[in-house]
Amino acid sequence: MEVFQQLINGLSLGSIYALIALGYTMVYGIIQLINFAHGDVLMVGAFVGWFSMTTLHMNVFAALVTAMAACAMLGVIIERVAYKPLRNSTRIAALITAIGVSLFLEYVMMYFVGANPKAYPDLTGFMAGSFTIHGVIIKNIQLVIIGISVLLMIILQFIVQRTRVGKAMRAVSQDADAARLMGINVDNTISITFAIGSALAGAAGVMWGLYYISINPLMGLMPGLKAFVAAVFGGIGLIPGALLGAYAVGFIETIAKGVGLSTYSDAVVFLVLILILIIKPAGLLGKNTKEKV
Amino acid sequence: MLEIKDLDVHYGGIHALKGVSLKVDDGEIVTLIGANGAGKSTTLRTISGLKKPTAGSVLVDGKDITKMAAADRVGLGLSQVPEGRRIFTSMTVMENLELGAYRRRGGDLSKDLNGVFERFPVLADRRKQLGGTLSGGEQQMLAMGRAMMAKPRILLMDEPSMGLAPLLVQEIFEIIAQINKDGTTILLVEQNANKALQVAKRAYVMETGRIVISGDAAELMKTEDIKKAYLGG
Repeated sequence: MEVFQQLINGLSLGSIYALIALGYTMVYGIIQLINFAHGDVLMVGAFVGWFSMTTLHMNVFAALVTAMAACAMLGVIIERVAYKPLRNSTRIAALITAIGVSLFLEYVMMYFVGANPKAYPDLTGFMAGSFTIHGVIIKNIQLVIIGISVLLMIILQFIVQRTRVGKAMRAVSQDADAARLMGINVDNTISITFAIGSALAGAAGVMWGLYYISINPLMGLMPGLKAFVAAVFGGIGLIPGALLGAYAVGFIETIAKGVGLSTYSDAVVFLVLILILIIKPAGLLGKNTKEKV
Repeated sequence: MLEIKDLDVHYGGIHALKGVSLKVDDGEIVTLIGANGAGKSTTLRTISGLKKPTAGSVLVDGKDITKMAAADRVGLGLSQVPEGRRIFTSMTVMENLELGAYRRRGGDLSKDLNGVFERFPVLADRRKQLGGTLSGGEQQMLAMGRAMMAKPRILLMDEPSMGLAPLLVQEIFEIIAQINKDGTTILLVEQNANKALQVAKRAYVMETGRIVISGDAAELMKTEDIKKAYLGG
């Protein structure tokens, strides 16, 4: 039964990683930038959700939507202010800027809320409950996290595959100049990509808070790094790759914890990443091209 | 209809266009021929807005659009079939065609899609296939069909015959003539000077960033210099 217990834990953790990894991979797909501030967008989302629930007394879902909207705006501002001016400079310059944005978000948040952790309010009603099937404990909050994540992924898939904006996003990520010749406004399309990716990170931040209770201004670092690993793992720039990679990382992490390697679970994740990248340098679903990380 | 005046374009330190001027009138096929690296593609890229000139201007219907973004020029009726086709290889033929009509918000596309499928029956058979799975000739047809979906007034074509088998080249040039006959003005960049001069009404010849000869296409074909330099005779 232990295996099934880790499976359900891995599924909920993987769902959160998946939402974060999607943002990484979409941004990379469209402007070939590793947005190292992405984990901090998650942190801002977690705090917006916390503020909405405690000070503004919103319910969980209203707080989730508020955090997503706030992060979407934040993502667009970050892109316009920090990354757009560097679009034609070297990739290393953009990467360093991303690290700068990351530190900026962390310490501005620390200025406002302090360095001490804050606690998400206690879950109430259905979400506080749990049940047991054959000895496997399933918390309702885990089901909520998995459900919301899957719903957001379906919505994302619909946007990317079926809508005008989604087609523009795919066109720009394949060939920006050809997209311009179709009449696509490349700058706006990049902004929309940041908005969607950041909104997903905001949702992940709120769910992180609901699941782990404690949040702080530096909390974005580890989930951000792991989701980045997940995106590379699956093949960066590819949406299905990000999902596959995120669930793989979630499972590896929970299994490592389950077999008594709690202290080393992060190390195990990175070890598996290294092994995979030695065998498949472009990630699980990636094709080998000279342009990859 | 389309006019460029004294265009200067630089790539870093390289002076790619040196005062290029040309004019395309309503209903014409005008061709721009010349050797590799003469600046033909750069001229087209500057007209479509992918490359910004350091001096000079681009005018459509007398209106200066030199500073207009490439995407907005599509709305004016400028459409480009780029060099190397540049189709979206991991999108379906249908999606490629829909993207061609990206600027035309709303409205029914089925009539235009049918028009493209009539002109290029092979695309109809392959509409659900990914662009990258098409052959070179089919990709060229897709690039042309995609550009036509924008309902352009002026079609800019960059080396449509490049890398194609002779039989296909013949077919592509017939289609170019037909598109023009149906009312679209065309500026055609070609290395296949022979074919280009046959289909065009007027021609400009480029050498190292300058236009060196211009005139009636049929007349130019008879000129000794042109024969020697570009027609292999």
